[in-house]
Amino acid sequence: MPDKMPLDTLLASLFPAGHAVTVADGLITGEGPLNDGRLAVIGIDGDTALGIEGACLLAGRVLDVVRAGGSTPILVLVDSDSQRMSRRDELLGLNEYLAHLAKALLLADAQGHPTIGLLYGHSAAGAFIATALATRVLAALPGAHPSVMDLPSVARVTKLPLEILQDMARTTSVFAPGLDNMVQTGAVQATLDPDRPLGPQIAALIADSPAADTRDALGRERGGRPLAHAIAARVVREAQGA
Amino acid sequence: MDWKPVALSASPLAQSWYEASARARLAGLLDTDTFEEFIGPEQRMMSPHLPLFALPRAFDDGMIVGRGRLDGRDVLAAAQEGRFMGGAFGEIHGAKLVGLLRAALAVKPAAVLILFDTGGVRLQEANAGETAIAEIMRAITQVRAAGIPVIGLIGGRAGCYGGGGLIAGTCVRLVISEGGRLSVSGPEVIETNKGAEEFDSRDRALVWRTMGGKHRRLLGAADAFADDTIGAFRAAASAAIPAAPAFDLETLEAEQARLAARIARFGDARDATEIWSRLGVNDPDAVPGLTTEGFDALLDSLPEGSHDAR
Repeated sequence: MPDKMPLDTLLASLFPAGHAVTVADGLITGEGPLNDGRLAVIGIDGDTALGIEGACLLAGRVLDVVRAGGSTPILVLVDSDSQRMSRRDELLGLNEYLAHLAKALLLADAQGHPTIGLLYGHSAAGAFIATALATRVLAALPGAHPSVMDLPSVARVTKLPLEILQDMARTTSVFAPGLDNMVQTGAVQATLDPDRPLGPQIAALIADSPAADTRDALGRERGGRPLAHAIAARVVREAQGA
Repeated sequence: MDWKPVALSASPLAQSWYEASARARLAGLLDTDTFEEFIGPEQRMMSPHLPLFALPRAFDDGMIVGRGRLDGRDVLAAAQEGRFMGGAFGEIHGAKLVGLLRAALAVKPAAVLILFDTGGVRLQEANAGETAIAEIMRAITQVRAAGIPVIGLIGGRAGCYGGGGLIAGTCVRLVISEGGRLSVSGPEVIETNKGAEEFDSRDRALVWRTMGGKHRRLLGAADAFADDTIGAFRAAASAAIPAAPAFDLETLEAEQARLAARIARFGDARDATEIWSRLGVNDPDAVPGLTTEGFDALLDSLPEGSHDAR
């Protein structure tokens, strides 16, 4: 697997003329120039777990962009752990905080601020859903390694030997961790070229982004989710009385 | 539909929501004989992935979707069967709910009802389930933006965990019962990853206090607390439909303020009872034992009212 691109390398490629993006406690916030306008940036760096404070802070930055009006796109950079697993986070309602961040991103996109996710490291579970998967277009850099659950944990839950799961993972993408598998399900729409400047590649993603959610159609084309698109379409037809 | 819930000694409305099957919940929740299922079990749209793991399949993949009426209003409804694979989201299970939400944009029901009963993503189909959850959340915000309330009902055996908790947090209203548990990481997951000192999953009182219906209602994470009967959920769901707030910047800014204030006010609390005490509950230790009537009276006595910030 290729190495993960470090955040400062990524930002230098994205904003060759400089930027105002900073990282504190693993949370990325700021902005930089893109074409003739600005690109707002939020995200998670350093395999950091997303807890209630982080989700609240990032959602606040997204709502700031919406409140300011205009059409500034929002880039969500992700190299995270899963959601923070703690009694305190759950006591205080982590599900609300993560859903709030996802809703803020979905509102921003619906109100004319295109949202683009860029996965450059790890991400998993609730943190993945609340950030990268809540964008209109999700891209990845080689070296990214999203996972819903690692194979040893799958082995524990399914009570199947790890070696058998590793064999199965070579031929079926639907349960195994890794970027290629998330590409096949349609969750990751595009892989970027790390050797070319990222700014124009992000600008092209924004320009080409589909208005509707096409992830299940992509999953069918790529073979990672053979039935989801047809099932959803059939429900729509039956609901309309056909 | 020919099917009727088993109700030998009591009316369907008096049956336990927690104990009932997903189909029995739907049949009792909606006006009598009005539920029509989409992609019913006779179509046998089963998981294409579970045979790889030599696991049994269900004709409905643990998700039942369709239309019906609630107090005469046209609604779409989805119910998870917690007794099949823990109600977990797989490819077909998730796609049925995605389709139902997309259908709502076309047929414009008075509401979409989601009867949660789930441990989260089905690990055998993890990537498909995780992606479906993201599609569901996006679709819910689109349905809400079109002025159609999406209402979640939580009181099943499997609770509402993992990605299910995030979907619930996207709904405009939540009804929860004593037995309903709502969180992201479940007790066993936290214990497995962080140790029993962090969360002793065998301490059931701790689980209910931290994730259960009363705490979620007191905290403002749910809008209504219902008795564990199908009739009580029916009444609460019907009451939730007319007054749902819009999905817009104002609502999310109110939620931002609400969630930030919660951290400032309760961020150092070690236990739910500390939070309840700060909310003005005089005898926090008595809360778990309160009846629904007693709990409703307690809610009425507290300074915090209900809110639209969701």
